[in-house]
Amino acid sequence: MRILALIKRICQQMFRDKRTLALLFVAPLLILTLMYFLFNGNTVNPKLGVSKVDSQIVKVLKDSKIKVKQYDNVTKNTVVKDNLDGLLQMDNGKYKLTLKNADPTTAKALQLRVNQAVASFAQANLLKQLVTAPVSLPNKSIETKYVYGNKDTVFFDVLSPILVGFFVFFFVFIISGIGLLRERTTGTLERLLSTPIRRVEIVTSYLVGYGIFAVIQTLIVVFYAIKVLDIVLVGSIWSVVVINLLLALVALSLGILLSTFAASEFQMIQFIPIAVIPQIFFAGIFPLEGMADWLQAVAKIMPMYYAGDALKGVMYKGMSLGDISGDLLALFIFAVLFVVLNILALKKYRKL
Amino acid sequence: MNPTIQVEQVSKSFGKKPVLNDINLTIPKGQLFGLIGPSGAGKTTLVKMIVGMEKSDKGSINVLDTKMPNLALLQEIGYMAQSDALYVELTGEENLKFFASLYKLSKAEQKKRIEYAAGLVNLTDDLKKRVSAYSGGMKRRLSLAIALIQDPKILILDEPTVGIDPELKLSIWAELLHLKNNEDKTIIVTTHVMDEAEKCDVVAMVRDGKIIASGSPKELKNLFNTDDFDEVFLRAGVQQT
Repeated sequence: MRILALIKRICQQMFRDKRTLALLFVAPLLILTLMYFLFNGNTVNPKLGVSKVDSQIVKVLKDSKIKVKQYDNVTKNTVVKDNLDGLLQMDNGKYKLTLKNADPTTAKALQLRVNQAVASFAQANLLKQLVTAPVSLPNKSIETKYVYGNKDTVFFDVLSPILVGFFVFFFVFIISGIGLLRERTTGTLERLLSTPIRRVEIVTSYLVGYGIFAVIQTLIVVFYAIKVLDIVLVGSIWSVVVINLLLALVALSLGILLSTFAASEFQMIQFIPIAVIPQIFFAGIFPLEGMADWLQAVAKIMPMYYAGDALKGVMYKGMSLGDISGDLLALFIFAVLFVVLNILALKKYRKL
Repeated sequence: MNPTIQVEQVSKSFGKKPVLNDINLTIPKGQLFGLIGPSGAGKTTLVKMIVGMEKSDKGSINVLDTKMPNLALLQEIGYMAQSDALYVELTGEENLKFFASLYKLSKAEQKKRIEYAAGLVNLTDDLKKRVSAYSGGMKRRLSLAIALIQDPKILILDEPTVGIDPELKLSIWAELLHLKNNEDKTIIVTTHVMDEAEKCDVVAMVRDGKIIASGSPKELKNLFNTDDFDEVFLRAGVQQT
């Protein structure tokens, strides 16, 4: 009865606050869409200047989608002046490659392709000199198989499951944290606790009240990501929903808990760089194996680590809920822990 | 019959700072009891302990023959905090309804009480407005109506007249006297305004966590040989040191 009254009140308040509703439902979609287009942009073919280079190498380079520009004379400034990504020169029988290196990723890729072209040219020449009779060269191409994904897999496909989870986490955290904080700063929480309501009833109502909005938000984000943005989904969409709902519950209870330690909205915002942003680093964007031991230990206390692992497992690797039960259990334990701490934290306002 | 509220040898400190020291109070049913003292004297802490939101370090508090803190007894205590704790996004009526539904009240009783409380504080015509559009005085009156919503036997009002105009102050006091006389409610009011003290049946003067004098306003004036209540307070303070 009391719980219902509280839930009803939370909903009434939410519906009167149109901007917060918009933040909850529209903002994650906006960011997700933006990320989608950013990561799916076409790769630009690198521009390479060549000078006194064998025409056969040039041909190979052109075949590997490099824009080649011929020069008779080059100066020190050619690369910068003509906005080239690199310059390949033949100098005293040696190849010299100058990379602009404005963007290390482009530079590395270009270097690799140029090396390949030069090496294959040298190899062919060598064979010609050694054998007069034509021989069939062994087929150089390697047949590649993929365990997960395919040859068209891009970074965004691995990143997107994590992003979906992170946005659910982030926005639910903010809304629930600020929601209860307002109740604290306006004194209504104290007023509430001068009625015969139990602390556990308050925490339950908050979880359910904001939970309703968290569920709607989660469904919108998940379906938008998968149906509209066509993000890779190998496993079941319902598994994705389950993971995100559990993650939303963790965010909800953590947001409410941390609001206990904030005296104002401003202080609540200060928890974002401390409690929220670090989560994304451990969500699986950077491989955990490469981290220092103590960092790996830190990852284990981050809810997003388990959520990221589970979401990547289902969406990208096609695992079932059974395969990721360990992650789900960890998230569940986080939620229970935060809920219990919440009930205890309310003792600050009423000892009973 | 036992007194409605009995406070015995209560002490309380926050950390190392003592806030209340050996407080004894006896408030019989139907009394309008005033707690008077400067800001920071410990009045709010004392009323919060009577409501059961704070726990005393030493001593005992009994309300209606029940040892506090007690959750079920909160049904019988209407509390009005110092600040207006209202949900400003909601209308006045929604606020009343929400708080009403936190108590044990039937639907019919709820409706009746909301009508009664709103009428008492003259807010019936403004119930459909959102609280964010209320004036300061209207908010204060709505807070009072909420404190009355469950028809409690005891009313505890923490500085109910701070920051409101004299006219409204008079009307709130008229309402309190009405509740005391016609409904036999026991009322505790804290204030630091001396002229309000004279309207109480019994006054306790709180200073630095101690009750330095108590009695009816008339008794206190006689005791300290003055007609001015400010003077009573000052002389009581001098006597203590």
